Amino acid sequence: MAKEIRLTTPLTEEVISQLRAGDKVLITGYIYTARDAAHKRMTEAIAQGKPLPFDVKGQIIYYVGPTPPKPGEVIGSAGPTTSARMDRYVEHLLKLGLKGMIGKGYRQPFVKELLKKYKAVYFAAVGGVAALYREKIKSSEVIAYEDLGPEAVRKLYVVDFPVVVAYDIYGGDLFEEGRKKFAQLEI
Amino acid sequence: MREVHVKEITEAVKNLFLKANYELPKDVEDAYKKALEKEESPAGKEVLNLILQNAHVAKSEKVAYCQDTGVAVVFVQIGQDVRIVGGDLNKAIEEGVRQAYREGYLRASMVWDPVFERKNTGDNTPPVIHYEIVPGDKIKIIAAPKGGGSENTSRLAMLKPADGWEGVKKFILETVKLAGPNACPPFVIGVGIGGNFEYCAYLAKKALLRPVGKRHENPLIAKVEEELLNEINKIGWGPMGFGGKVTAVDVKVEMYPCHIASLPVAVNIQCHAARHAEIEI
Ligand code: SF4
Repeated sequence: MAKEIRLTTPLTEEVISQLRAGDKVLITGYIYTARDAAHKRMTEAIAQGKPLPFDVKGQIIYYVGPTPPKPGEVIGSAGPTTSARMDRYVEHLLKLGLKGMIGKGYRQPFVKELLKKYKAVYFAAVGGVAALYREKIKSSEVIAYEDLGPEAVRKLYVVDFPVVVAYDIYGGDLFEEGRKKFAQLEI
Repeated sequence: MREVHVKEITEAVKNLFLKANYELPKDVEDAYKKALEKEESPAGKEVLNLILQNAHVAKSEKVAYCQDTGVAVVFVQIGQDVRIVGGDLNKAIEEGVRQAYREGYLRASMVWDPVFERKNTGDNTPPVIHYEIVPGDKIKIIAAPKGGGSENTSRLAMLKPADGWEGVKKFILETVKLAGPNACPPFVIGVGIGGNFEYCAYLAKKALLRPVGKRHENPLIAKVEEELLNEINKIGWGPMGFGGKVTAVDVKVEMYPCHIASLPVAVNIQCHAARHAEIEI
């Protein structure tokens, strides 16, 4: 994790081409939340030719279901959820121009191939440090699927939201590279 | 017969879930401080520092440590000389959970039904309750909210007696390897060995309630806990799976006699949000 890079959304292919697995990134701008149930609905909307709650082109989706805000606060605790559960939905969104995803954990190998193909990145956030991420979120607005409660789609404005590039467009893999440095046991 | 009113139980359950979700237990926090000394990976150290900072913010501002405030798991040990009065005990516990999650700004994460509609129940009920009857006239309640990310990576196997310790160990190590970054390490690993299909899973979860950093009183079990912890930390995942020496801060094993044909093993992965709070009434 050598460099620290500041990015603003939306993302361009040029910016993405400079990112490498392990780079620390601070994201500023609007990002959108969606997790299992919202992905299911969005994919159904795509299949039926209906519009999505937001134009995904150049955007980042954050896999999160926050806790409710306390009175006077923007949002509750808001750390990443496990990304692998969204793997099956990824291609539909990448096809429409989605450029980034934030979540936790490793993903199925085909996701890495899709990122190469569609020139997009997967960022890892630190799972569980949700009270800290909450401080990086400056505004939050439910823009779709309100009935899903914590799984509704939210538009967030974040400032210097800290993530690490987990998978880049060159096949780099933060987790495998990290683990190999310390592995003394192969299972 | 000592009488305990259900109102007291509702109040206790509510307070326990608030406390558990806002405050990391001291033994767990101390384990992360120790891990910081042991960890050699810079990325791993950074994650451990974030975890400690997060614990501080959550506690001082009374916000959820993790946004996944979990399935509300409740262990209730009821003394056989206690009589519960004033209403339905299950409902009283459920009401305590409802109040904690609604009033404490905790996330509602339960859906019904589990397969088709998956509609959020809105208040994180129902809880999962485990009752145990024990001697005495007290009631002990333990609240242990459990996140989905780590629970999803937990596994159970019905091994053959001939698989022996090597087979058991292999299954546990494989489970931890697969869980890796997806389940928010550093972990506490709960292991249940023996009993039968459902009982070994129960033991694995119950094992997680023992204080971190303390070995089992049975020397045989203490020895396998040490061995497992040592080997798990050779896998290399480290904090948050970014690479490192501390994949788990502890391993807790419980054993129980089992059938001559069986060797059940369950591994319950506990993420770094190792939340639990308890009270004796
Ligand atoms: S696995 Fe644990 S720390 Fe990670 S998001 Fe889930 S509850 Fe939080």
